[in-house]
Amino acid sequence: MNTYAKFGALVAVIIGVLVWLAMGGISDSKTYYKTIAELGQMGDQAKGKRLRVGGDVQAGSIIRNGAEVSFVMHQESKTLKVVYSGIDPLPDTFKDGAQALADGKLGPDGVFQANKIQAKCASKYEAKPQLKKNANRASM
Amino acid sequence: MENIGALAILLAFCFAVYAVIGSLVGKYRKNPFLVISAERAVYSIWVLLTIASGILIYSLEKGDFRLGYVAAHTDASMSSVYKFTAWWGGQEGSLLLWAWLLATYSAVVVFMNRRKLRDMMPWVTAVLMITETFFLILIAFVFSPFQILIAGRGNIVEGMGKGLNPLLQYWTMVIHPPMLYLGYVGFTVPFAFAIASLITKQPGDSWIHTTRRWTIVTWLFQSTGILLGQGWAYAVLGWGGYWAWDPVENASLLPWITATAFLHSVMMQEKKGMMKVWNMVLISATFFLCIFGTFLTRSGVVSSVHAFAQSPIGTYFVVFLAIGIAATIYLILDRLSYLKSEMHLESVVSRESSFMFNNLILLASCFAVLWGTLFPVISEAVTGEKISVDAPFFNRINVPIGLGLLFLTGVGPLIAWRRSSVESLRRAFFWPSIAGVVVMIALAIFGVYEHPFALVSFGLCMFVTATIFAEFWKGASAIRAKSGIGLIPATIELTHRNTRRYGGYLVHMGIVFMFIGYTGAAFNKDTTKEVTPGGSFQLGHYTLRFVDMLKGENDNYVWQKLVVEASRGGTPIGTMEPERRLYKSSQQPTSEVAIRRRINEDLYLNFAGVSTDNQRAVIQAYIFPLVTWIWIGFWVLAVGTLVCLIPSKVRLSYARTQVIGVAQANAPVEK
Repeated sequence: MNTYAKFGALVAVIIGVLVWLAMGGISDSKTYYKTIAELGQMGDQAKGKRLRVGGDVQAGSIIRNGAEVSFVMHQESKTLKVVYSGIDPLPDTFKDGAQALADGKLGPDGVFQANKIQAKCASKYEAKPQLKKNANRASM
Repeated sequence: MENIGALAILLAFCFAVYAVIGSLVGKYRKNPFLVISAERAVYSIWVLLTIASGILIYSLEKGDFRLGYVAAHTDASMSSVYKFTAWWGGQEGSLLLWAWLLATYSAVVVFMNRRKLRDMMPWVTAVLMITETFFLILIAFVFSPFQILIAGRGNIVEGMGKGLNPLLQYWTMVIHPPMLYLGYVGFTVPFAFAIASLITKQPGDSWIHTTRRWTIVTWLFQSTGILLGQGWAYAVLGWGGYWAWDPVENASLLPWITATAFLHSVMMQEKKGMMKVWNMVLISATFFLCIFGTFLTRSGVVSSVHAFAQSPIGTYFVVFLAIGIAATIYLILDRLSYLKSEMHLESVVSRESSFMFNNLILLASCFAVLWGTLFPVISEAVTGEKISVDAPFFNRINVPIGLGLLFLTGVGPLIAWRRSSVESLRRAFFWPSIAGVVVMIALAIFGVYEHPFALVSFGLCMFVTATIFAEFWKGASAIRAKSGIGLIPATIELTHRNTRRYGGYLVHMGIVFMFIGYTGAAFNKDTTKEVTPGGSFQLGHYTLRFVDMLKGENDNYVWQKLVVEASRGGTPIGTMEPERRLYKSSQQPTSEVAIRRRINEDLYLNFAGVSTDNQRAVIQAYIFPLVTWIWIGFWVLAVGTLVCLIPSKVRLSYARTQVIGVAQANAPVEK
């Protein structure tokens, strides 16, 4: 076997292994983005799938109960009750009115069981929306 | 004031366009005066952008809240250091910083090469200035940092400004963004040289020699930027992580990976005249990934906690990237014959082949990270459903890749060029392999066998360390035998004779330390407890007793602090005071974690909150073994990189080596 064939075979083996790992990684961790409205329409399909739902945290809805935190997310007119019981602490940006992304699964009772919460404070890098509107393009 | 700033940017834009046209027309009309005037335009752009940046900084410091940018990113109570950092705190300012840094680099490049490489320089100037033009179009016409809040629309009420997010008011965050930018922007220079060399069909590898130091410095900036980001996440965000495979983190990692591959594969071109096409591809990929990273953080294409808000800026970047990539691919294909390899691969067990595998798996990692980052976009385009992949995907693929790289770090530098005999392999790797295996067996006995990857990682770390020490030892003892100086002076002498080689070993050593730190994550422990004052709980071999909760307030924020006494096996080891703050101007809560950093493990406490009935504190306690080694590794890496930049004492010719087989063993300075 000449050198290039040997080299090629090794490359093929490495790439094959990596592709196999990647496939496994994808099926293990794929998460579907859904809006709260779509979640309502999914019915049985929602069961067992890892989902990511985004919305605003309703003011005053955050309740801490031991290691568990529950809150209500709303998007347009729809709302969703979320219970978070993950290990990582909630981000500091998670507070009333923040935009939050919850990863987890939809429970049979319609409560979203989240194991990861990401939150973006509206003012993190950008001006608050009303300033943006007023200032037109200026503060974008 | 702001009109002068806006005018300076506009003028800089005109000058950039002129510099592109001037240097190219000058080159093809063979008019050296036109070329020189284009180069002077480059200096003028630097002056103009310095003025513009100066005005912006002045407005930020003075608190000129008429400006939209100032109002959005500072407030009156901020210290002047943080007001300064607002220069890159938002979209427009950070674009200005990009443009200013590129202008600075360009001016330095033009100055340093004012009497050199006259054939190629007009094109270098042109490529640099095309990129500059792109950024100047953005800040001159679309996202001007000097936009005034129009009074008639009634928002002068925002008189105090919005302030900087308190999470970002932390020392590493002051230097993290400019470091990353220095890295991002810096790769434009080697890219410009590569393209210029291709277009003018330069004989030899002058573009590589000219830009070697640029690339190394830029790479160091980028490594520093990434590490500072990790340090910040670890110390500020409260979950003790330093990497979450967030799209923006990935965006900074991608060009770092290709740049690392480039730094290695240029050696193949210098020594053997191989992989010329590959090097062109790598440096172009690095440059475009830098632009892509800048784009990803701004466009809102991929949702990320770090990203700037959605904005139409994406379109501009997509157009620039599309044109740039198409032009580069065309150019490389068109010049393929000029990039022919001078030699062939002779054996799978050779230095050449180890370089190729190093490149292959670095690129595989880069591709996997890119794929995972863009997965939501790709899946939406293909299936109509937006699907994201998470940390498990990235870890599953990058952990084996990392271990493979670590293995090559040990093997690559010692294996012979062209082909290696079994005898030479045995001589170079027998003892390091034994050392690695011994470490693995010892750790397995102590129970590490539950984490096979960690076990392999520690074994490889030992293996690589042993090869590096063997190299230093071999060289230094040869010098000591000849000149009779001590071992330490001999080591320094050795390093000085071939800084590039031994500096490289130091960098590798730094990487090994970082791997030790990353591997420690396999043994993290954590617990979340709700405790009343006086209560205590156990984590690992630590006992944590919650003594008291303190409260207070100052101008900037309201704070609550826990006093926790930590003890290990009955011996007190000190009090730790995790804190929560609520910043008044932004109503943003932050947690200030308490970390007890030690070389073997960090004890990390986060005050997560107070239970709804206000009686108990929620404490999250973590043990992070070996984390400190990541930061130690970084310092070693930085020192090693700086050593690489020192000129070698013994002038080395970069002539193609003709060393066959094993003749290297007693000639360590010959590389």
